[in-house]
Amino acid sequence: MPADFISNLYVFILAGFVGFELIKRVSPLLHTPLMSLTNALDAIVVVAAIIITGRHETKLTVVLGAIAVAASFSNMVGGFLITDRMLRMFKSGRSKQQ
Amino acid sequence: MNPLELQQYLDFAYIVAVVLFILSLKLLSSPATSRWGVLAGEIGAALAVIVTLFNPELVQYKWIIITLIIGAGVGVPLGLVQMTAVPQRTALSHAFGALSAAIIGVAEYYVGTAPVTRFEMGEIALEVIIGSLTFTGSLIAAGKLQEILPQRPIVYTGQNIVSLSVLAGALGLAVALVVNPAQTMLFPIMVVVALIFGVLLVTPIGGADMPTVISLLNSYAGFSAALLGFVLNSKVLVVAGALDGSSGFILSVIMCKAMNRSFTNVMFGAFGQVQASAGGAKEERVVRSATPEDAAAILEAASRVVIVPGYGMAVAQAQHKVRELYDVLTKKGVDVRFAIHPVARRMPGHMNVLLAEADIPYEKLIEMDEINGDFPQTDVALIIGANDVTNPAARTDKSSPIFGMPILDVDKAHTVMVIKRSMNPGFAGIDNPLYYLDNTLMLFGDAKQFVTSIVKELSGGH
Repeated sequence: MPADFISNLYVFILAGFVGFELIKRVSPLLHTPLMSLTNALDAIVVVAAIIITGRHETKLTVVLGAIAVAASFSNMVGGFLITDRMLRMFKSGRSKQQ
Repeated sequence: MNPLELQQYLDFAYIVAVVLFILSLKLLSSPATSRWGVLAGEIGAALAVIVTLFNPELVQYKWIIITLIIGAGVGVPLGLVQMTAVPQRTALSHAFGALSAAIIGVAEYYVGTAPVTRFEMGEIALEVIIGSLTFTGSLIAAGKLQEILPQRPIVYTGQNIVSLSVLAGALGLAVALVVNPAQTMLFPIMVVVALIFGVLLVTPIGGADMPTVISLLNSYAGFSAALLGFVLNSKVLVVAGALDGSSGFILSVIMCKAMNRSFTNVMFGAFGQVQASAGGAKEERVVRSATPEDAAAILEAASRVVIVPGYGMAVAQAQHKVRELYDVLTKKGVDVRFAIHPVARRMPGHMNVLLAEADIPYEKLIEMDEINGDFPQTDVALIIGANDVTNPAARTDKSSPIFGMPILDVDKAHTVMVIKRSMNPGFAGIDNPLYYLDNTLMLFGDAKQFVTSIVKELSGGH
């Protein structure tokens, strides 16, 4: 088993626990924005897509990388945008009267 | 700066991004801080993207720039869809996320700088299988939610055997590749088989189960990104994928509990076909119906009202009219709250978004467990386009397909009023004994029109 795998596994398990604890605390009120926000964060695969595309190794990898950049970056942009639009709508009764 | 030193700065920037991501989810815990959470996430993501552009491995920027522009061009309209379309947008973004993860795995496989080891082959194969099946599965889910594809579960005999054999086929090809990574022609076949499995996985699942399916696909998309992090040895991907995966997983568990179903039951149960036959011969039972005038008078006389919004309210686009009803009743001193069942709409929490969009303060949106104890002290429970989540048969009738599902105990309110188009059974095709109770009044009509008439009666009449 490669050493990288072990260190990645550490990170994965710890991040999984952190995620579990954080997400348990998110109010059910916000479960839809939660899903769109984690989607936007998950779109960080765009960094891998950028590297694959920019290394310019073969035609195939450039094409595949380019599709991945477009797909993941649209998730990133769209995900943050819609999450913010949704959260902006959640108003408390008190702030509404002001 | 030499490349090695630069790489360390880049890694450091990724750590900052990861911290911001975790902070982002932490800030989401309450509506008051949630928008800061989005900002933290945006800064983290922007930082990660920008520093990546300085990666010394990059030799050509043309396609990166073009595709980033295309991505933004596609992303902005997808971020501006109507709130009612959020479930299908979310399914589509699971598809995009999974597609990118799968496709990068494929590219990594074909880079072919060094022959892959068996271990790496196993990682890539698993990652590509999960990414591919999530891609097609999410597309089918989005199609069903957008109503391009039929909502009813599509089933045939031997379906589970066929689906599971296809999955076994994909996994078998993966094992063959691990045993002998040189058999490169097996790789594309494996991808195609995994893509087919994704279609087979979601096609038999009915509309009522969409909240669970969409959460499950969310967790698959997350885990495929995390696995890609293993393949590429990128810790930022491992963390982001683990966060997304655990979020989807928790939501799936909540959705399953809310419907009293197990994962296997959702994936292989094909809800909604058994009841079709049971709906046939029913003895005539008496329902009492009422006019908007009657309903307005009852609401006006009440001091505590709980509104139960459901799918039908959203379909009729009645939420803004419901807000007017809330306003006019609140002005008359009636305490109005909203009871939200976890599966009230097509994805977790969607009903809250629709009501927030209609400007209803979020303190008034009460979750099922919190509000159920209050129904005996409630004068009127007004049900607008919700059906199965209010069905008392879930508590009492062991033969009911939804027996055991947690429901809103609306039947315990002094008066129950149900706005409904007709006596047709709901999503799952199950008859609702609530409608025949002595304290139930049926308000037949379109949700939006009926609420409009009640509001008119309440505000204009006197």
